Amino acid sequence: MSSAPKTSAYLRTEDAPLLPAPISMVGIQGWIIANLFPTIGNGVVSILAGAFLLWIGWGVLDWALFSAVWSGDNREVCAVEGAGACWPFVYSRFAQWIYGFYPIDQRWRVNICFLVGAAALVPMLMPSMPHKKWNVLFLLIAYPLITLILLTGGQFTMSAAAFLNAFIILALAATFLPLVAFGIEEGIQSNRIGFGLAGFGILIWLASFVIGFSIWHSALGSFSPGSIGAAIFIGAGGLLGIGQLRGAANSSAQAALRNWLIAAAVLFGLMLVLKLDFGLQEVETSQWGGLLVTLVVAITGIVASLPLGILLALGRRSKMPIVKTFSVIFIEAWRGVPLITVLFMASVMLPLFLPEGVNFDKLMRALIGVALFSSAYMAEVVRGGLQAIPKGQYEAAQALGLSYWKLMSFIVLPQALKIVIPGIVNSFISLFKDTTLVSIVGLFDLLNIATTTSNDAKWASPQTGATAYFSAALMFWIFCFGMSRYSLFIERRLNTGHKR
Amino acid sequence: MSTASDVYEAPKVSFWNDPKIRSALVQVIMLLVIGFFVYEIVDNTITNLTKRNISTGFGFLNKSAGFDLIQSLVSFTSESSYGRALVVGFLNTLLVSSIGIVIATLLGFIIGIMRLSRNWLVRSIATLYIETIRNVPLLLQMFVWYGVVLKSLPGPRQAINVGDMFFLSNRGLNMPDTIFGDRAWLGLAGLVAGIIGAIVLRSWARKRQAATGQPFPYVLTGIAMILVLPVLGLLMAGWPITFDYPVLGGFNFSGGAVIIPEFMALLVALSIYTASFIAEIVRAGIQAVSHGQTEAANALGMRSGITTRLVVIPQAMRVIIPPLASQYLNLTKNSSLAVAIGYPDLVATGGTVLNQTGQAIEIVMIWMVVYLSLSLLTSSFMNWFNSRMKLVER
Repeated sequence: MSSAPKTSAYLRTEDAPLLPAPISMVGIQGWIIANLFPTIGNGVVSILAGAFLLWIGWGVLDWALFSAVWSGDNREVCAVEGAGACWPFVYSRFAQWIYGFYPIDQRWRVNICFLVGAAALVPMLMPSMPHKKWNVLFLLIAYPLITLILLTGGQFTMSAAAFLNAFIILALAATFLPLVAFGIEEGIQSNRIGFGLAGFGILIWLASFVIGFSIWHSALGSFSPGSIGAAIFIGAGGLLGIGQLRGAANSSAQAALRNWLIAAAVLFGLMLVLKLDFGLQEVETSQWGGLLVTLVVAITGIVASLPLGILLALGRRSKMPIVKTFSVIFIEAWRGVPLITVLFMASVMLPLFLPEGVNFDKLMRALIGVALFSSAYMAEVVRGGLQAIPKGQYEAAQALGLSYWKLMSFIVLPQALKIVIPGIVNSFISLFKDTTLVSIVGLFDLLNIATTTSNDAKWASPQTGATAYFSAALMFWIFCFGMSRYSLFIERRLNTGHKR
Repeated sequence: MSTASDVYEAPKVSFWNDPKIRSALVQVIMLLVIGFFVYEIVDNTITNLTKRNISTGFGFLNKSAGFDLIQSLVSFTSESSYGRALVVGFLNTLLVSSIGIVIATLLGFIIGIMRLSRNWLVRSIATLYIETIRNVPLLLQMFVWYGVVLKSLPGPRQAINVGDMFFLSNRGLNMPDTIFGDRAWLGLAGLVAGIIGAIVLRSWARKRQAATGQPFPYVLTGIAMILVLPVLGLLMAGWPITFDYPVLGGFNFSGGAVIIPEFMALLVALSIYTASFIAEIVRAGIQAVSHGQTEAANALGMRSGITTRLVVIPQAMRVIIPPLASQYLNLTKNSSLAVAIGYPDLVATGGTVLNQTGQAIEIVMIWMVVYLSLSLLTSSFMNWFNSRMKLVER
């Protein structure tokens, strides 16, 4: 056997040079082949779809830009054969679309509200910004107050009876403070006299109802012998309650007292601020309109629906049958009917429900309807978040001895609400679109004012209506699309590693 | 080890800290508060009603309405009663929402599948559609369809004419009306027989396939039965069908049937708007089917059409149905926007009745009861359907 090494005919000693990928796979051409012409049938579809897109796109562009009318002072420039969008109409009416019939020299107040709101909202929406707690407090407490005073003019009549009301409520709370600080049994023990006095005060008030003499019979807090007597006794009970807390040295007593003082300061502060006259001209809500009304309705609706919705969601998951039944009925009743019927109900039935002398204006009634309606939807969103929290979280908190409200407010709700931020934004989007329905009960929101101004004889032309709708649609679209992108962004940010 | 005396005995809880007592107390207080509110509302309402001289009760429903409705499925004149007006409105609501649901579902499924297409252009058309339609208020879209698109159609004299049978103008779509003569019930009987036959055939075909593995094209056969049997029935009866064609006379059409522009605008707006939501639901549902399922089907040698029909869609439907049900409910509720363009649905006719009689509480109660029961009916049907489609697990 010869052991001479066989030499192969050819042995490559180095790598072959790397060739670029075939031209049909990369670059623009590759993309076009992969996405538009992978097969012949697909290519035909692409050509048809492209032609369709070009046709639509050209139609819109031609109407909105190339054949559009850009300047003029009345209908004559727009009522031309073959003319496109009538932009001078939008330009001349745009301020009305934003402010409605708000007095022109007072529009700066609306502008301030818009600017302050935007300045507070932007850092709120950016997850990396610090001081979220103060930001939320400003947006939910200070900002509504500022807008309320600026937009209406702040001419509120705050009667002395209202202060008496506030006093009675605070005194009652003070009577109950020892219960919070020392626990129920010890609390009752420590403030027996206080409870006795407060109970006697309430009895006087109830008796003034039952007896029904005209001077006695009046609501709690108005100046009548019944309610003043009640206020004196309840106030005494409250004083005794506070005295108990001041005497006690433990920290929960101090905390309870501090919280009560803050609440008292905020309540009286609010009433004083509302009572103050800032010298602003009064602007009735019937003069509001346009984007202002749209934003007021949408934002009030969502802000008011959050606390209500959270309570309803907790109620629906409660183990107490009455609480649960009530929440389920409330939620399903609102969710089962269209918003229009709710708005009709708010505008025609609410006045019947209220006692004589209490009257809400049109906007306020619509706001109440919208808030109740959206709170039912919010409750379902929040319930989804509550269900997503693993049972272990509840059990761990209970094992640590947390009470129900502590368990909810420190452990469960912070996690649940964080999960449902996209859901909240989505329901805000649908609420924002639904605000257009307030036009049916006679409010001048953005859509209604766009429609109304387009019927104005000064600008009547075949294209005026279309232009008005197109611009209003564009404004709604910008808001809604922006919010939906934001919701996606938050979803992606919160989605930390659960997705494959 | 452990004897009976070792069994852990719960320590005595003090009266106030006993959860049972606490929850009972909370509920009693809540009942009292709710009761107080209800009492206040009822009391105020009664006071206000007596002050305004409004009598309560549903007696007004029998009074003559005195207004006309532009569309009614049952005969209605201005002498008919308010109650009948509300029934007409209710039927109109049902009509527009049931047709709307069918169109929105079809359109939504098409767009949703287009969104998953490999073809970039098809995909972008679907995305463009969804993102545009979803982010513009429905009421605005309705105004556009009604006030811009349909109003800009030519008048009856220049109507768009399709085969001298269909005329599309700003007065609506005029089309031939079918008139059934004597013995036309045979056609209806044929239709019923066709539907029953198709159902029987389907269950037989399924049983046979389960037993022998032999498939039978029951879908096509069933459709053929449903189409052919009524025609056969009518032929047996001697074709008792005549058509009443619309004829242009003066400034409008006479004869034939007409679909009013209000109905068209409402239907188109509702279908297009809801379809954009359904499309997203369909896309999410199909994407929720794990890729392994398709791969496994491919590995078994199934063709792609069969894979889609037998593997992907049944699983996707489980994800799709619950949100789809709520979209159907939304469409039904949104049909109440008809009031804005004057289509006489339940809310619009109710609003007219309310304005004439001032019976706010009764009308709002009728609205709420009708919509709530529609919602409950739809959702219970969808729940039943959902439980049939649901994955049966251990």
